[in-house]
Amino acid sequence: MNKKKSIFESNVLYTIIAILVGFVIGAVFLLIAGISPAVAYGKLIDSVFSKPKYLIWTLTYASPLIFTGLSVAFSFRTGVFNIGAEGQFVVGSLAACVLGILLDLPPVLHALVCIAAAAAAGCVWSLIVGVLKVKRGIHEVLSFIMFNWIAFYLSNYVVNIPAIHKGSGEATKDVLDSARILFPEGIRNFLDCSAANWGIVLAVAAGIAMWVIIEKTTLGYRLKAVGYNSHGALYGGINANKSILTALGISGALAGLGGAVQILGMSGRLSQFAAQEQYGFQGITVALIGSSSPIGCIFSGIFYGAMKYGGSKLSIVKAPSEVVDIIMGCVILFIAISQIFRILFKNLRKKKEVS
Amino acid sequence: MGRESHMDESTVVISMKDIVKKFGDFTANDHINLTVHKGEVHAILGENGAGKSTLMNVLCGLYKPTSGQIFINGKEVQFSSPKNAIEMGIGMVHQHFMLIQPFTVTDNIILGVEPAKGLVVDKKTAREKVLELSERYAMKVDPDAKIEDISVGMQQRVEILKVLYRGADTLILDEPTASLTPQEIEGLMEIISNLTADGKSVILITHKLKEITACSDYCTIIRQGKYIQTVKVEDVNENELAAMMVGREVNFRVEKKEQEPGEVVLDVKNLRAKDYRGVEIVKGLNLQVRRGEIVGLAGVDGNGQTELVEVLTGLRRGESGEVKVLGKDLFNKNPHDTFAGGISSIPADRQKHGLILEFSNEDNLILQHFEEEPFSRNGILNRKAIREHATELIEKFDVRPRGCEGAPSGTLSGGNQQKVIIAREVTNDKDLLIAVNPTRGLDVGAIEFVHKYLVEQRNKNRAVLLVSFELDEIMSLSDRIEVIFDGQITGSVPGRDADEKELGFMMAGGKKHE
Repeated sequence: MNKKKSIFESNVLYTIIAILVGFVIGAVFLLIAGISPAVAYGKLIDSVFSKPKYLIWTLTYASPLIFTGLSVAFSFRTGVFNIGAEGQFVVGSLAACVLGILLDLPPVLHALVCIAAAAAAGCVWSLIVGVLKVKRGIHEVLSFIMFNWIAFYLSNYVVNIPAIHKGSGEATKDVLDSARILFPEGIRNFLDCSAANWGIVLAVAAGIAMWVIIEKTTLGYRLKAVGYNSHGALYGGINANKSILTALGISGALAGLGGAVQILGMSGRLSQFAAQEQYGFQGITVALIGSSSPIGCIFSGIFYGAMKYGGSKLSIVKAPSEVVDIIMGCVILFIAISQIFRILFKNLRKKKEVS
Repeated sequence: MGRESHMDESTVVISMKDIVKKFGDFTANDHINLTVHKGEVHAILGENGAGKSTLMNVLCGLYKPTSGQIFINGKEVQFSSPKNAIEMGIGMVHQHFMLIQPFTVTDNIILGVEPAKGLVVDKKTAREKVLELSERYAMKVDPDAKIEDISVGMQQRVEILKVLYRGADTLILDEPTASLTPQEIEGLMEIISNLTADGKSVILITHKLKEITACSDYCTIIRQGKYIQTVKVEDVNENELAAMMVGREVNFRVEKKEQEPGEVVLDVKNLRAKDYRGVEIVKGLNLQVRRGEIVGLAGVDGNGQTELVEVLTGLRRGESGEVKVLGKDLFNKNPHDTFAGGISSIPADRQKHGLILEFSNEDNLILQHFEEEPFSRNGILNRKAIREHATELIEKFDVRPRGCEGAPSGTLSGGNQQKVIIAREVTNDKDLLIAVNPTRGLDVGAIEFVHKYLVEQRNKNRAVLLVSFELDEIMSLSDRIEVIFDGQITGSVPGRDADEKELGFMMAGGKKHE
């Protein structure tokens, strides 16, 4: 048996092709809109790579996306579909924000409590849906979408509670400094990035932890068995319902952590939402680009972070930042149909072999 | 070679010439020739992995041959999909069913060729046509049942109806009788003769020699991907066919030493259980299996044997009754507890229950033991121990290809998947082994192998309950045969002097002749 997979069969190549095609199609739209793709893409690349501090900014943009990406990827690997990462992210950020404002604890401890609370909130939010699925047979996708909206309005309600709300404006008070996970000021000054924080370190650690769980532990074995074939797992004596709940709980906790990192690292407060912030849905994109592999999610999260950060500066050259969404949409589309590339390559190779 | 009457070119419907199919470095078909005439039953004989299914997948448009030509009615064709093949009148019934589980029988049969009224599917006409077909060929199906709820036997009939519905002239049947009862097999034989009388051709992929001699006109033998020869079936006997297939003499008899059964291991009393529709199907069943004996449960599919085994293994809840293993109550326990209580089993559906196809073989081999040492400690899997365990079992149980420890079980052939399950369940060393259709779809060599291990369990003084729709298998292996009919045990005969006709009579609800 041929054990070595050729590069033509690996996911990485097709992902890269899909990304390139996404950029080409984005260019077409830019041309139609009368904007030079060269200028827009030049700005996009420039705003991520031209200065070291831009790269740091990219990483701070990426960290919450890596978390929601891991959350969705974990659910994919264990046979459920967590389309509710959006809601879990919101309740996570809400829990971190509220405790960050109301509690008064010593620095490191305060942050840890807020992070743990965010993970717990995301976990519970996901578990409610899990229990509905297991006990009542309600399809998780339906309830997840509804719970996204419940989280959305719950958050907007809590943001406006007087004890939390900041006098004027549409946001909460600032989270206490003791709860923030920013790098020490010296390092931030050195990096020239005010929001540089431990989020990326936590995200990478979470990715590695997830890889260990999935590949190396009996827990991962059990969750995957149920995900692939619940009948076979049950036959082998594995409690499928318990596994589904465990998988959803872990997935929800990961999304909740993403919310904590966003609040305690980047923003420092929670604003009233006008629309869903999309971190959870972007997590689906990250998981898909990363082939649901934990390590893949770290890289695809950073890629998405770069696109978001670079995209936010496109208005400087009068290009719409929405072009980033078009590109990402195309990337997903082409990853989904990457099977076509696969077949094309195979035929090409065959023809070469014949001639 | 007995091909004289086979030379008439005018009645040739299918001609495959020098077909070669490679998968990477592996050659599944190595210059195979096949000629099928109008109105004949042409059997393709070969061991598991000999390349029969590959050849048929080429013929029905699923695979593109690496080289070689296919002629239909004298015209060369190139299929790019099964749709092309069905348009040319070639339809295949696959061994592993390709049905959509949550859809109804009718939905599955009409899928892709739905009769329409305007933009809506005309379900009523479809349902009538399905019923009409099923009656014409005496194939009982419930057109409104969902696939996930019906028995393996009925799923098979749905697959056959699907091809007939599409108006195939040549039907390729891949191991069609593997899951049918003796009565159903007779019915199928009738259908086959009706079809050929009507001028249709049937290609029968099988390794059951009996069926070939019973209903085929010609037989093409394939061994390790190579064409061996095509024979006229009336010129050869079963032993000659077996030798041509395997390439050596085959021992059909199961050797068993005499031994007295010991203490009662499985004790089932007055068990009642319902089927998926909520209808009582196990109706006060009593059954005992002792140490050192193989008890064969003979019966027609649908008389409660599936549900009985599901209750015993913990997959289904019984309504009332008693289930004890060595005096321990195992009634309505979950699969984890019935396993811990001493019941190991080889399930009927190896792809649904037996294996997690996406898992590697080494992972499947520890399905019930992954939380035990040495395979894991403190929740961390010990990959080295898992690999060593797999290597040992793959060697001992002759799972092919060698070196498949890390490959997904789904990539193995059916026979080798079964070997993986048997390797796992037999080495569990439980007091009771329940085997349900353990040789379904396996070839002569593999059947010999499975039977050897079942007898070995008996000789090691374990209790074995064999549930099988193959009467031959029950008769050659069992120390005692219990007949199940309408949810009850209706008769018991010693295995040694069982009579096939008598058993068939009892399985159909008749009482034992005294």
